Amino acid sequence: MKRLISVLLENEPGSLSRVVGLFSQRGYNIDSLSVAPTEDTTLSRLTLTTVGDDHTIEQITKQLNKLIDVVKVIDLSEGVHIERELMLLKVKASGAARAEIKRCVDIFRGQIVDVGPTTYVVQIMGESAKLDAFIEALGDAVILEVVRTGVCGLMRGEKSLKI
Amino acid sequence: MELLSGGEILIRALSDAKVKHLWGYPGGAALHIYDAIFRQDNLSHILMRHEQAAVHAADAYSRATGEVGAALVTSGPGATNAITGIATAYMDSIPLVVISAQVPQEKIGEDAFQEIDMIGVSRPTVKHSYMVKRPEDIAETIAKAFYIASTGRPGPVVVDVPKDVTDPNNKVAYKFPEKVKLRSYQPTTRGHSGQIKRAVNLLMSAKRPVIYSGGGVVLGNASEQLRALARRLNYPVTNTLMGLGAFPGTDRQFVGMLGMHGTFEANTAMHHADVILAVGARFDDRVTNATDRFCPSAKIIHIDVDPSSIAKTVRADIPIVGPCDVVLGDMLEQIQQADLQTDESAIGEWWQQIDEWRARHGIYTESRYEPSTADNIKPQDVIKTLHKVTKGEAYVASDVGQHQMFAAQYYLFDKPRQWLNSGGLGTMGFGLPAAMGAQMAHPDATVVCVTGEGSIQMCIQELAACTQHQLPVKIIILNNQALGMVKQWQDMQYGSRYSHVLYEDSLPDFVKLAEAYGHVGMKVTQYDELESRMEECFAMKDRVVIMDISVDHHEHVYPMHVAPGSMRDMWLSKTERT
Repeated sequence: MKRLISVLLENEPGSLSRVVGLFSQRGYNIDSLSVAPTEDTTLSRLTLTTVGDDHTIEQITKQLNKLIDVVKVIDLSEGVHIERELMLLKVKASGAARAEIKRCVDIFRGQIVDVGPTTYVVQIMGESAKLDAFIEALGDAVILEVVRTGVCGLMRGEKSLKI
Repeated sequence: MELLSGGEILIRALSDAKVKHLWGYPGGAALHIYDAIFRQDNLSHILMRHEQAAVHAADAYSRATGEVGAALVTSGPGATNAITGIATAYMDSIPLVVISAQVPQEKIGEDAFQEIDMIGVSRPTVKHSYMVKRPEDIAETIAKAFYIASTGRPGPVVVDVPKDVTDPNNKVAYKFPEKVKLRSYQPTTRGHSGQIKRAVNLLMSAKRPVIYSGGGVVLGNASEQLRALARRLNYPVTNTLMGLGAFPGTDRQFVGMLGMHGTFEANTAMHHADVILAVGARFDDRVTNATDRFCPSAKIIHIDVDPSSIAKTVRADIPIVGPCDVVLGDMLEQIQQADLQTDESAIGEWWQQIDEWRARHGIYTESRYEPSTADNIKPQDVIKTLHKVTKGEAYVASDVGQHQMFAAQYYLFDKPRQWLNSGGLGTMGFGLPAAMGAQMAHPDATVVCVTGEGSIQMCIQELAACTQHQLPVKIIILNNQALGMVKQWQDMQYGSRYSHVLYEDSLPDFVKLAEAYGHVGMKVTQYDELESRMEECFAMKDRVVIMDISVDHHEHVYPMHVAPGSMRDMWLSKTERT
């Protein structure tokens, strides 16, 4: 089962490598990872997606909590939450395809953020599944390159991950 | 305020962190620090012959005292050599601070001479690590390192110190912080009272209970509470390899070590138990055998200070996160206050059953191996003789292999911190430096290294450091002319194809070797002289003595779990299994 885990981390040199190292050391997977400082710049917020059964996820959260640099850990997938990912794609856009791609981008509520003589750069935001669907809708023949930020997420409602 | 250089601050901070002995080895990047050591006399530095041994000695000093061990190594190869020692301490949760020197900051990343990314290389083997970037930060970092190493589940902390940070020409104010606080690290100090209440209720209702106690009881100084609780309940106690001594080995309630080479009665009792009180133990694969067949009818109470140890391999019915001493103390208090009673008739029957198992296959009720003959000494008899000659009071450090298991089985440890071995990582070469660490901690005590002719050669260079620092350890080599434990597995699983476990007459003359280092060497081949020679050995209080004892080449360690299987599935001898 896919899980979304959010970590509040001391913004210290090497702290990210401890988190990443933990996953490889103990044989856990990381499917995606996003990390940046928070409004308090001494802290970083890290969101990662991983796959595992309840036992594995319990161990992952315990092992993360054990790292000295980790301040707090929550498994966002345990409750109602919002998750978003941003994707940029460079696509071939010439002739009739230009209009077709534009229509597809509109349907997915994306934006064309760069226009070249034969290319577009498209920006799409949403849940990972929506991003996957957009890639499928365009097809491999059109796509020149893809970059995704990895998922980030927050709990809905009043609960928040703070010190 | 006093102005000091980074090197001076480092050494002063170590003293203020109550370090008495620093085990180390100098080198280029550590020169400023070594100069600071030369110009003070608050702490003593012990020059070892290899960084691995320096860390093992610091580790064992900690194991033997409960204090935090400290080691100092130079950059590059000094740092990488230290890794095996750090990993050994990590696997056994030993509080240790290792200072590694580093090339100057402006050279970091340039592949400078003797540069290694120590923070990166050591990362999977440490509880935490720091690189210090300014002399102003040294004292606080050292204070944090000692705090982290010694609290919660203990472990090694590495402090990497670039050479420019210790520059003697850059003096800054020194102040050692009185208290350390980390917002991201708050170890649990008490168990959950509701969970403790549930655990007590379950424990009192038990009909076939076993107390399974591990290294955490030794490290958490909870031996006294364990003994008090076990006596109040009259329940059987088994210790893990790391937990030996936490409950007295000679006590009637002690059923022996459990696990792969545990006793028949301990493993069988575990298998049939209805309630297991696991305390400071981690259900390691060398204990449980196949986890899906582990103790099928047992409800498990698991006390550990580290939440990640709970339900890692075996599910706990009642998990309690907290320090073993506090939680056991709380449990005992509840039992005493409410004057709770156990099911005495059920417990009486349980003891009858256990005593029957003891009588049938127990290694303490009678010898389960062929007796020694005139010129064929059994390794088990060497350990029994050692126990007799040292009156069971020695600090015993061991290496890794058959001799380690024989020592664990037959030297009945009555006190915690008496038994020093690399249980988790299984590091050959640990024994001799570990004995040195214990001897430094207890100068007047008898300290013995039980080893094999294989393991001793992995850190044998430290015989020189024993001379230099007057550490009169006794070294008992169970010499079976082979890497015995590997050979045993080759016997049992590889049709006795002895792939690279035999020395083919290449072993050194250990007597001459001892003499070359200025020590005493003895060779024993006859059983009838074993005890008298050993008496002679231990009478030489001020000398290092190596006893090279020829033991049966073909002896195996039994019992031994049949894998994969349950706790009760064991080989009891070469031909007999449960």
